[in-house]
Amino acid sequence: MVRLFGPLVGLFFAVALLWSFGNGAYTAITEPAAPTAEHEFHLHPKEVHFASDGAFGKFDKAQLQRGFQVYKEVCSTCHSMKHVAFRDLAALGYSEAEVKAIAKEWGAKQPTFDPKTGERAERDNIPSDYFPTVYYAGQGVPPDLSLITKARHDGGAYVHSLLTGYQEQPAELLKKFPDAKTPDGLYYNPYFANLNLAMPAPLTGEGQVTYSDGTKATVDQMATDVSAFLIWTAEPKLDKRKQTGWAVLGFLLVATVLAYLAKKNVWADKKGE
Amino acid sequence: MADEASIDTSGVTGEGVRRRDFINIAAVSFAGVGGAAVLLPLVSQMAPSADVLAQSSTEIDISAIQPGQAIKAVFRKQPVFIRNLTPEEIAAAEKVDTSSLRDPQTLEERTKEGKTNWLITMGVCTHLGCVPLGAGEGEVKGEFGGYFCPCHGSSYDTAARIRKGPAPKNLEVPEYAFTSDTVVKIG
Amino acid sequence: MSFPWANEYKPANGLTQWLDEKLPLPRFVYNAVGAGYPVPRNLNYMWNFGVLAGFCLVLQIVTGVILAMHYAANAGVAFDSVEHIMRDVNWGWMLRYAHANGASAFFVVVYLHIFRGFFYSSYKAPREMIWLLGVVIFLLMMATAFMGYVLPWGQMSFWGAKVITGLFGAIPVVGEPLQVWLLGGYAPDNAALNRFFSLHFLLPFVIAGVIILHIWALHIPGSSNPTGVEVKQESDTVPFHPYYTAKDGFGLGIFLLIYCAVLFFAPNMLGHPDNYIPANPLSTPAHIVPEWYFWPFYAILRAFTSDFFFIPAKLMGVLAMFSAILVWFFLPWLDTSPVRSGHYRPLFRKFFWLLLIDVAVLGYCGGAPAAEPFVMISQIASMYYFLHFLVILPIVSSIEKPEPLPFSITEAVLGKDESAVLNANPAAA
Repeated sequence: MVRLFGPLVGLFFAVALLWSFGNGAYTAITEPAAPTAEHEFHLHPKEVHFASDGAFGKFDKAQLQRGFQVYKEVCSTCHSMKHVAFRDLAALGYSEAEVKAIAKEWGAKQPTFDPKTGERAERDNIPSDYFPTVYYAGQGVPPDLSLITKARHDGGAYVHSLLTGYQEQPAELLKKFPDAKTPDGLYYNPYFANLNLAMPAPLTGEGQVTYSDGTKATVDQMATDVSAFLIWTAEPKLDKRKQTGWAVLGFLLVATVLAYLAKKNVWADKKGE
Repeated sequence: MADEASIDTSGVTGEGVRRRDFINIAAVSFAGVGGAAVLLPLVSQMAPSADVLAQSSTEIDISAIQPGQAIKAVFRKQPVFIRNLTPEEIAAAEKVDTSSLRDPQTLEERTKEGKTNWLITMGVCTHLGCVPLGAGEGEVKGEFGGYFCPCHGSSYDTAARIRKGPAPKNLEVPEYAFTSDTVVKIG
Repeated sequence: MSFPWANEYKPANGLTQWLDEKLPLPRFVYNAVGAGYPVPRNLNYMWNFGVLAGFCLVLQIVTGVILAMHYAANAGVAFDSVEHIMRDVNWGWMLRYAHANGASAFFVVVYLHIFRGFFYSSYKAPREMIWLLGVVIFLLMMATAFMGYVLPWGQMSFWGAKVITGLFGAIPVVGEPLQVWLLGGYAPDNAALNRFFSLHFLLPFVIAGVIILHIWALHIPGSSNPTGVEVKQESDTVPFHPYYTAKDGFGLGIFLLIYCAVLFFAPNMLGHPDNYIPANPLSTPAHIVPEWYFWPFYAILRAFTSDFFFIPAKLMGVLAMFSAILVWFFLPWLDTSPVRSGHYRPLFRKFFWLLLIDVAVLGYCGGAPAAEPFVMISQIASMYYFLHFLVILPIVSSIEKPEPLPFSITEAVLGKDESAVLNANPAAA
């Protein structure tokens, strides 16, 4: 039975696939897929090096503090960061008092609700609060940035490339795809998936923020710093993870060598395996 | 059993056997240590997480509490009673002979110096953890004028000391400090 | 059944003696994976993956039970609760990465275990039942993995749930009501998330049960071996313990080294960035793909692009995808060769390697965007996949002339002369 029906079923699927293949090939020849502007002009992120890269990489706390400053002064008016709490900033090297002050002075406040009176109000943030959600009424939906570098391929480099990648729409693109002109209110950026995004270039010029550690705030520097900061917000346990990883691998290496020797021992008097 | 015999008498010298045993024992011990180390994260994941620990201290504004009044606040997800004692209540508490108490403590020991009128205690009965009455407006304060636990009838006096009923201890005074005249930080 | 020369369990002291009379659990373990189970002496490292798969299941159950202590199966907070695990729970990041990558490790190990079975024809009589139970385990694993991937409630979770339950919608007449019933709604939401969580928790224990049957069935004929020649004499076997416990211990070490390297240094390598975006029912990611271990089957599903007579392309894809696994159930009867091991089957061996490459190609196409040339390549590859199992295998097994087999396992290991000495004087082993 199986040997009778098996080949029949196999041939059935094979013929059905051949039919699909033939149709597909015919369409591919008669109506070749039209090229798109996204396909031809989208760029992969630039090569950017971060202190946290690689198996030995660790966060540079001074850079994270600078990146936090860029987030605070430039990004935070539109972009939320709801998975990060003020208390987490202690990991950037801020003291308890500094964290408390940052929380208290944070622009967006914590909404409160009095269940007795039904009144809605606001209060200052305290360290145990998460960064309050901000709302943006204009065009586009600014994504929450807590996880942005894990939610995009090549996260840190992507954020850096996007921030520094704004440019005029190339004339070549318009010549080839006259319909693909960047619509009003959107901005051309080849690192963005569909080339046009609602966010205008946020880092506009050197010295937009003033770093307290004296680092020169070039656009590239600010973009790198804020990307590094966003790598931290997405994976705050990165340092601990790698540290634990080395300890575990070291232990396992010794254990595996011992297991190999023990196995050789046990098999010593048996030829072959 | 030919196989078992062959393991033991494969013609190696006594020293060889010892060295071989040592490696096997080392390998098994290593596996044991590894297994034990894995238990650490498996156990510690049940301990309070960072967000819970972050809420382990609370700041409370006490400016609105008039003498004779009390409020219930939340500290570590448990009620805490903050009471502004009247001079009569303080006097009643100080009158008591501490040697007659189950858990001898004076009011001074249970409050901060110069602020004897501020009685801050956990709202958790030391018997089995119910919330005693007496802090809310109109609640029964019990026969000693402090707190009364409805579960098993423990009565506390105006210094929240146990006076009657099954509870073994006075209501617990949490760690706290006045950060200003009107704000107290608990925890 | 076991071989007559198997070691017999002897209680070491009064306590084990007492236990042996009341509940002979130590005896059971001794006979199952201890010194009381004689195993062919010539197993190679491809035979390590059964034990490793068992280890992976335990790993997944332990980490999974712990994650369930912190996870909240509610569409409103599921995503946040996973982030809570990653950021605030003590060692939560490690436990979650261990579980997510543990699923991948489980599939790597099981695929190697399955391909071991293909090459050495481990499915052949008298071991058909072991094979059938194995395929059941694999199906249960797929269901468990799919539902687990939905739980973080990211974009891929949501759209994966939508697409996969959509497959059931292809079934004529009952399809759409069935899909709505499966989801408890018209699109994945709280109801679906909660039932997936419940079943994701339950199924691993069902898998554990079927694994017990799988091992039970294995102990009836005993393990197969790389020659495919059945055990004939005591010198063909060694006791499982200490020989194979030692070998499995070493294998476990190698496995853990690779697994931990991924877990601690590239924990998101096998995941998809889109799953770090919270589920959004109003926006589909540009490129939906399942986890890598489903890619070959996903490629088969997508390979059917044209209606075939009166059968819609969508239904054909679904039928083919399920058939791609169901066909394994019939393998013991499709391959009629009297020889088991691929070592002695020259023609079969060539097609085996072709199948391996074919599945790798299918996997690559399944992970690639649904565009040319990947669709056409996956059509050719799917064609080979079905022809391999249903047409080529029956033909090869009847026309092939196998190479000569060794007389026994002992002969294969020690060579003819030593084996002859051994046969004359078994005590010299």
